[in-house]
Amino acid sequence: MAIALEQARVRAVPREVTAWDRLKTNRNWLAIWFMLPAAAFLILFLAYPLGLGVWLSFTDARLGRAGVFVAFENYEYLWEDSTFWLTVFNTLLYTTVASTIKFAVGLYLALLLNERLPFKAIIRAVVLIPFIVPTVLSAIAFWWLFDPQFSIISWSLRKMGLITENINFLGDVWNARWSVIFANIWRGVPFVAITLLAGLQTVSPSLYEAATIDGATPWQNFRYITYPLLTPIIAVVMTFSVLFTFTDFQLIWVMTRGGPVNATHLMATYSYQRAILGGQLGEGAAISTAMIPFLLFAILVSWFGLQRRKWQQGENND
Amino acid sequence: MTDFTRRTLVQGGTALGAASALTGSALLDWAKAWAQTAPWKPEKGAKLSMLRWKYFVQSEDDAFVKLIAAFTKATGVPVEISRESYEDVQPKASVAANTGTGPDLFWGLYSLPHLFPQKCMEVSDVADYLGKKYGGWVPSAVKYGHSGNKWICVPICYSGALMNYRIEASKKAGFSKFPDKLDAFLEYTKAMKAQGTPGGFALGHASGDANSWVHWCLWSNGGESVDANDKVTINSPETAKALEYAKALYGHMISGTAAWNDASNNKAFLAGEISWTNNGISIYVAAQNSAKQIAEDMDHAYFPVGVSGKPTELHLMYPILAMTYTKYPQACKALMAFMLEADNFNPWIQSAKGYLTHCLNAYDANPVWTADPKTTPFRDVAKRTRTAGGLGSVGEKAATAISDFVIVDMFANYCTGREDVKGSIAIAERQLKRIYR
Repeated sequence: MAIALEQARVRAVPREVTAWDRLKTNRNWLAIWFMLPAAAFLILFLAYPLGLGVWLSFTDARLGRAGVFVAFENYEYLWEDSTFWLTVFNTLLYTTVASTIKFAVGLYLALLLNERLPFKAIIRAVVLIPFIVPTVLSAIAFWWLFDPQFSIISWSLRKMGLITENINFLGDVWNARWSVIFANIWRGVPFVAITLLAGLQTVSPSLYEAATIDGATPWQNFRYITYPLLTPIIAVVMTFSVLFTFTDFQLIWVMTRGGPVNATHLMATYSYQRAILGGQLGEGAAISTAMIPFLLFAILVSWFGLQRRKWQQGENND
Repeated sequence: MTDFTRRTLVQGGTALGAASALTGSALLDWAKAWAQTAPWKPEKGAKLSMLRWKYFVQSEDDAFVKLIAAFTKATGVPVEISRESYEDVQPKASVAANTGTGPDLFWGLYSLPHLFPQKCMEVSDVADYLGKKYGGWVPSAVKYGHSGNKWICVPICYSGALMNYRIEASKKAGFSKFPDKLDAFLEYTKAMKAQGTPGGFALGHASGDANSWVHWCLWSNGGESVDANDKVTINSPETAKALEYAKALYGHMISGTAAWNDASNNKAFLAGEISWTNNGISIYVAAQNSAKQIAEDMDHAYFPVGVSGKPTELHLMYPILAMTYTKYPQACKALMAFMLEADNFNPWIQSAKGYLTHCLNAYDANPVWTADPKTTPFRDVAKRTRTAGGLGSVGEKAATAISDFVIVDMFANYCTGREDVKGSIAIAERQLKRIYR
């Protein structure tokens, strides 16, 4: 009797699985719900403004009233605008010079800080300060340092008798360019240095030991061990650095407002002046949309140029 | 009460005197009486917010705050004031116009309301009331205030920018009176540079000082950016003459002016680095506080008159506008009218010590213009000024041309040698054609 009951229990038909049950435990379904808040945030604050900006560049919108679709009229106008091409030149010059020097100085600093040093933690913290100080504050300080009449640099050099007249830092076209590039380098080096330092510390010391045993010079160490292992980090940090430098606004706006005679106008500041100050939203949007091809190019260079090796993608050695 | 105000101010001679005159129940009683009889009764539960430009003279802001407090006590409408640097008022107002929310009132610069005229509340009744009561508006104010046939803003005041110069240095250079013709002015700058006391005009993107002098230079040499029908006429021999004149002036200026913003010439003048420039009265007021020997040694003069024989100056106008999205239009109108009533406006421009010039003719009699003779030239700036855009329309096109620094860049390009005459004019012409299309 008991055996029959047991058998009956064992042979009991399992409860039917509904579609809802399947859905409830489906990993993809759960994943969508978990991702929804982040996706909403990104769409609202990144994708929507970007899309709206590109859309605006195809209209003649002005601040205060909507515009009508005008296709490529804004771009045609900009194509023949000498000031626009000047800002493109300024932006490319500013980005290439500043990024190159930031990379060189940052890498050098990272290599130095990787050595055994006294007070290493304090030095690292001090090195990071220019990056942490709010950009506007450091820009104002540089603005005073480079003032045509009141610069402390000019004053000191005059007192030492090395020059007779104030240096026209921000009033001369090329001086102004070098001045803002210098300010940008000062501000951006810590970011590159600290990130590269983090990358340097992942290089296994046993590789250096093996190389030294084989008689490698310090330069060969760097060339064959450090640099190849660092390339993924360099790709990441330089992508960020180039992106942020290309789209720099605060530093230029506070120091020179784009002057003198538009010599330090970057595409970002020019777009602001045209769109918000001048009220021509469509044209300003076109100028900032024109930045996208350059930025895409920078990302592609860093992605394909520096991350080709299979082992960098996480697979086995090539 | 009016006698009490004047006597105290003339004797006091400082903002403190003005401040003490404004407090007291006399003003409050008058304000309450005004609220009873004013044509605009604020809505029940009204609350206003206003964005104004940050004061240049502290005493003016103190007087303004008291004025607003009196309005609140009289009508029960609280008014929240926020201040921005005056170049930032326009972007903020533009964003508010675009989004439909923000402060109810904006007190801003130039042709701000003309950047978004459809978003500005019509205020013809307020303007007519004030014009009838106080001797009429000056012509440039009428032009500024209108969009089509209606008033879209109420001009509150002008901020004059005139020549500031050092007296002793000018005498030593051979000029006991400031030159009033273009050729004499060029000689003046040459002599001042030769004796080591040069001056300077801003050639950077200084929205006040740079626009003020380059437009004077262009107009006084006969050039015009547009004609009365908004057709672009910048490409002319007169413009070329204006560019040559400016380049000659630039050669006699201190170096670095291409990087100047609005504050740079103030700093340089107060430090004694330059001996002539164009500016509002703020240099004089600051000198009275912190550099008395400069204050005694400096004076103001009109810009030299050009080929037409008439003044061709450009002075900043500050209109107040209300947005159409405001929930309390009657309260806005009441506040606008209140600000320009004599019992409020007179003490207020006295506290401004000449920084604000009236645009209603009755206020010519305000004692601030005669108490200190160095202030007198600023009394007439509203009458001497041409409007933004020169002969053309005062509207979003003129406003865009000014905020995009089209004329400033034209002069800066030629003076610094970046472009030749044809090139500078071509760039400006192209930009103007685009703006005025």
